[in-house]
Amino acid sequence: MSRVIEFRDALCEAMTEEMVRDERVFLMGEEVAEYDGAYKVSRGMLEQFGSRRVIDTPISESGFSGLGIGAAMHGLRPIIEFMSWSFSLVAADPILNNAPKMLYMSGGQFGCPIVFRGNDGAGGQLGSTHSWCVESLYANVPGLKMAIPAFPSDAKGLLKTAIRDDDPVFFLESERLLALKGEVDEDPELLIPFGTANIPREGTDCTLVSFGRPVHFCLEAAEELAGQNISCEVIDGRSIRPLDVPTITRSVRKTNACVVVDQSWPFASIASEVAATVSEQCFDDLDHPVVRVNSDDVPAPYAFDLEQEMLPNARKICQAVRTATYSS
Amino acid sequence: MPITKAFTTEIDYVSILDEHGNFDAQLGSDLISNDELVQLYEQMLTSRRFDEVAFKLQRSGRMGTYPQNMGQEATSLGAAFALEPHDWLVPCYRENTGLFHRGLPMEYILLHWMGDERGNQIPRELFMTPLAIPIGTQMLHATGLAWASKYRGESNIACTFFGDGATSEGDFHEAMNFAANLDIPVIFFCQNNHWAISVPGHIQCSAPTVAQRGVAYGMDCVQCDGNDIFAVTKVVKDAAQRARDNNRPTFIEAVTYRLGDHTTADDARRYRDEEEVEMWKTRDPMIRMRDHLKSLNLWNDSKEAAATEKAETLVAEAVKRAEEIAEQPVSEIFDSMYNTIDDPEMIRQRQTMRTSSIGQDPTQVESTEQVN
Repeated sequence: MSRVIEFRDALCEAMTEEMVRDERVFLMGEEVAEYDGAYKVSRGMLEQFGSRRVIDTPISESGFSGLGIGAAMHGLRPIIEFMSWSFSLVAADPILNNAPKMLYMSGGQFGCPIVFRGNDGAGGQLGSTHSWCVESLYANVPGLKMAIPAFPSDAKGLLKTAIRDDDPVFFLESERLLALKGEVDEDPELLIPFGTANIPREGTDCTLVSFGRPVHFCLEAAEELAGQNISCEVIDGRSIRPLDVPTITRSVRKTNACVVVDQSWPFASIASEVAATVSEQCFDDLDHPVVRVNSDDVPAPYAFDLEQEMLPNARKICQAVRTATYSS
Repeated sequence: MPITKAFTTEIDYVSILDEHGNFDAQLGSDLISNDELVQLYEQMLTSRRFDEVAFKLQRSGRMGTYPQNMGQEATSLGAAFALEPHDWLVPCYRENTGLFHRGLPMEYILLHWMGDERGNQIPRELFMTPLAIPIGTQMLHATGLAWASKYRGESNIACTFFGDGATSEGDFHEAMNFAANLDIPVIFFCQNNHWAISVPGHIQCSAPTVAQRGVAYGMDCVQCDGNDIFAVTKVVKDAAQRARDNNRPTFIEAVTYRLGDHTTADDARRYRDEEEVEMWKTRDPMIRMRDHLKSLNLWNDSKEAAATEKAETLVAEAVKRAEEIAEQPVSEIFDSMYNTIDDPEMIRQRQTMRTSSIGQDPTQVESTEQVN
């Protein structure tokens, strides 16, 4: 049975179900308890689970990240909420230098089953320091897994997978999507494995690969391009590490054109990685070099118009597809 | 309105057996039995011998960098002795004596410094974490380990070790703040050995004691003579009780001195006065321990000779085990990356040893032989 719920409620359901299922799971972060989370994602969880398992912390990202790692080393399953992934930068040492390396550096002895989650991305006029898209920066680090849902159903299914995963998972949510409504199955075993991309729109002329919020811009562009007789296939990667390469290459071998849309900066980005992989594996199938659409290579502007223009959007994507398909 | 005092405090200093042989029987008599005292001294001897041998291994090219523990044996040993076997020991890198006391085979430390991750495969039943070489990161992990024990309703607590330099790190302050505010049963054990590589203590902390840093976090804090195993044992036992009974953390500053260089890559003669080192040599924890044992008729020169010989044998055997361990196959380089691997790309990496430095796509590279 499924019903229509908001993205934020899908996240809340995932955490709640997993905490009911597994006593080792707890939620920790700034304002996650009494205040229901800065973005109301943990609404009602304090009431249901009490302050032992839903814990308000001091404003101390490195503190609760490092504490979560220690707790994971002793067999618990922490969910650590960053109010924003932008604030995770002050916790870079624990989340990048400890969590993803703990298993390796201890010769397999200490695992680190921990989920770091929170709002990622620009678009809310929050200014550059609060508008980080961390995916390209962090995905470079081996040892971590990274999931980035675009739809409520995936938000739930991917987060449940993240909580049950035995390795550190970076879970990137978009604050811009939290009110998005969608069908979500009530099945408590709704688990979406990492490394399985979804194809929300099929097409024949050009493959659009994206992750997280820009998937919606791709769908918008695909709709517009359909009116111009350009048929786009939209791939929602859903996880960045691991990356579902076969789904992408299968599509490119069909369409012979590829545009990658990624909300992080262009230099050494997820888009660059996908473009390189597609170029390596589909060199003979491509009619045009892979085209990348990223945020502009500037800090996120504070001004509304400038910020909207800085981000990937349907107009830029349409232009990229026309280039990739020689339609311009 | 007159100005009043919002808060005043004092920091206790605990010394039971000083470098002149003075022993506070009232504080010290029930702390350590005679048999235990002899065992602890023998463990110090072994650890000191280990230090000498490790130094020589490095100098002869058989081991990488090594940080000598010389002069600081009483700190971690007293703490490990005072704690229960299931309490977490969360060390940095100058706690060999305490780790050996807990039961860590000596070759683990040798393997670590020889450059082998197998030196970090600490058996789970020892309740200790691998040496933490970055400064201060382990304090947060210790706080998390203790928090997890409390969450699970277990009786074990955590004790984490770090130097005076580490109290300048943000991790120290965040861990202390967390532990105090969330009632976490963890002991913060600062080995104040006066030098952070070449940086003297007053550059780290301009307060009269490092211990008082804990006051600001609403935490019990105490300073003790770190070269006095009785004092260390007492303050750790007291702290452990507070942690077990009330989930309250404690900050301990154990005043000691690094008699050797920071590591084998350092030459402390370039920045330390010889007189300072000579003065601290008279406070060596082993000298006062041996004299105390002799004063109790528990020790003599022939026992010293026998124990030294035994220590030499134990260390030599550990060196042999470390040096004779089979080399790790290069094919294991991707092992221990993930607990759960369901990604074909990762599996392929493991199977073929090809990384992005050669090319992500196997078809791009000449077929290299598969590494088993």
